[in-house]
Amino acid sequence: MTNNIEEISNKVINIIADKLSVEKTKIKMNSTIMEDLGADSLDTVELVMALEEECKISVSDTEAQELKTVQNIVDFVAKKTAS
Amino acid sequence: MLLQKNQRVVVTGMGAVSPLGVGVKNNWEKIVNGKSGIVKIPSDMFDGADMLKSKVAGIVPRGTAEGEFDVNEILSVKNQNKMDIFIHLALKASQEAIDDAGIKSLPNKDEIGVLVGSGIGGISSLSNNIKKIQETDLTRLSPFAIPMMIVNMVGGQIAIEYGFRGPNSAIATACASGTHSIGYAARTIASGDATIMVCGGAESAFTSVSVAGFCALRALSTSYNDTPEKSSRPWDTGRDGFVIAEGAATLVLEEYEHAKKRGANIYAEIVGYGMSGDGYHMTAPHPEGEGAYLSMKRAMETAEINTNEIDYINAHGTSTPLGDMMEISAIRKLFGDNIKDIPISSTKSATGHLLGASGALEAIFSIMAIKDGILPPTLNLENPESGTEDLNLVPNVAQKKVVNFALSNSFGFGGTNASIIFKKVS
Repeated sequence: MTNNIEEISNKVINIIADKLSVEKTKIKMNSTIMEDLGADSLDTVELVMALEEECKISVSDTEAQELKTVQNIVDFVAKKTAS
Repeated sequence: MLLQKNQRVVVTGMGAVSPLGVGVKNNWEKIVNGKSGIVKIPSDMFDGADMLKSKVAGIVPRGTAEGEFDVNEILSVKNQNKMDIFIHLALKASQEAIDDAGIKSLPNKDEIGVLVGSGIGGISSLSNNIKKIQETDLTRLSPFAIPMMIVNMVGGQIAIEYGFRGPNSAIATACASGTHSIGYAARTIASGDATIMVCGGAESAFTSVSVAGFCALRALSTSYNDTPEKSSRPWDTGRDGFVIAEGAATLVLEEYEHAKKRGANIYAEIVGYGMSGDGYHMTAPHPEGEGAYLSMKRAMETAEINTNEIDYINAHGTSTPLGDMMEISAIRKLFGDNIKDIPISSTKSATGHLLGASGALEAIFSIMAIKDGILPPTLNLENPESGTEDLNLVPNVAQKKVVNFALSNSFGFGGTNASIIFKKVS
């Protein structure tokens, strides 16, 4: 399971780095997507779409609103892919 | 009162990205030296490029060398993906124009507006996004699908980049967009709605549907696929259609007293602007050039000058069989016998037809003709069409001439016409 979380974290960080054009080293677990990583509202929509595509999950708009930090996203993807 | 003022308007900055490369100086040196920016369309440029009969185009040279366009120099990868190519090109051209004018650090951003047009807008982004939803489903469309392609996003992005809060608008009048944008921007300043306007045109329409669409109209050159530099040949008997091109050109217009007070470099004054419609056909010009005539006539009336005072005409001259001679008829009707003393050239012979950006690029060439006293040539004019024998079409080689007044024409599909007159400021 630990291995799985690490895998998910790496994947999420890669997606964030790619979509928001930020260096991976600058992406911390407690980084906020908008304030720390500089995403605007449209960027977050695109980021969620990339997560859906690459992690093969679906994210409702209500769920997406709760994804404020990198940790939030990792936890969310872990939960969605657990079953 | 709808219009408050009647202020003088001058040009204080210019920027260009064209098939000849990046930068006004670079473009001007090449055009004066008879260089062509027209090349063969790479077969992988867009789906089906091989199948089309026209295989030549004016493509902006990409790369990191001097005079080449490098999008990474102006935009992060993240921001590149949010904007169509025509906006990338416009941001580069406006960066040059804004730096040139020295207006970036001016305090009153509320008085600086933007009006940059495009004939077609973000059609390559639109095409890519249509392909994407066909391959996946409608929910996979990027939130940037709309904002990356709409025509007025050029003005939006320029204003966002520099914080300009003056009038922000766009004009889409096909191949007349660039000239209309400059004319309307000038009027925006003249009427007192802004002190400075960044204006011009931007275009990049190299995608299957647009190039195939122009091919279907039989509008593009098809006989010079192996000698691309020969393909754009206004008024030559061998001309067989225009050569599609991309690029962007922007000018900084400024209220005269404001420019003088801050010691800005003044390239020229905009003294005349005329507009008209053909009311005739979707794509064919009026056979007697009635719309073109009216547009030039109205520009001359606003400039309050006589027909013998124009020293140079930068023609629309796209290298199409009908359009080129229609324009000559219209010029002849307006200028009468004076036409013999007015050199007329088409710089599209070197750049190809930048559609909605063409008028803005040609405004810059007209202003450079005033500034340097050099007339850019009409390339490939080997066998002039009958009916042009008495004219100086500046064939193949640049000419020297003092230019006090220059007129530039642009005509677009839909029968839309615009003419603008620049004056030397001493």
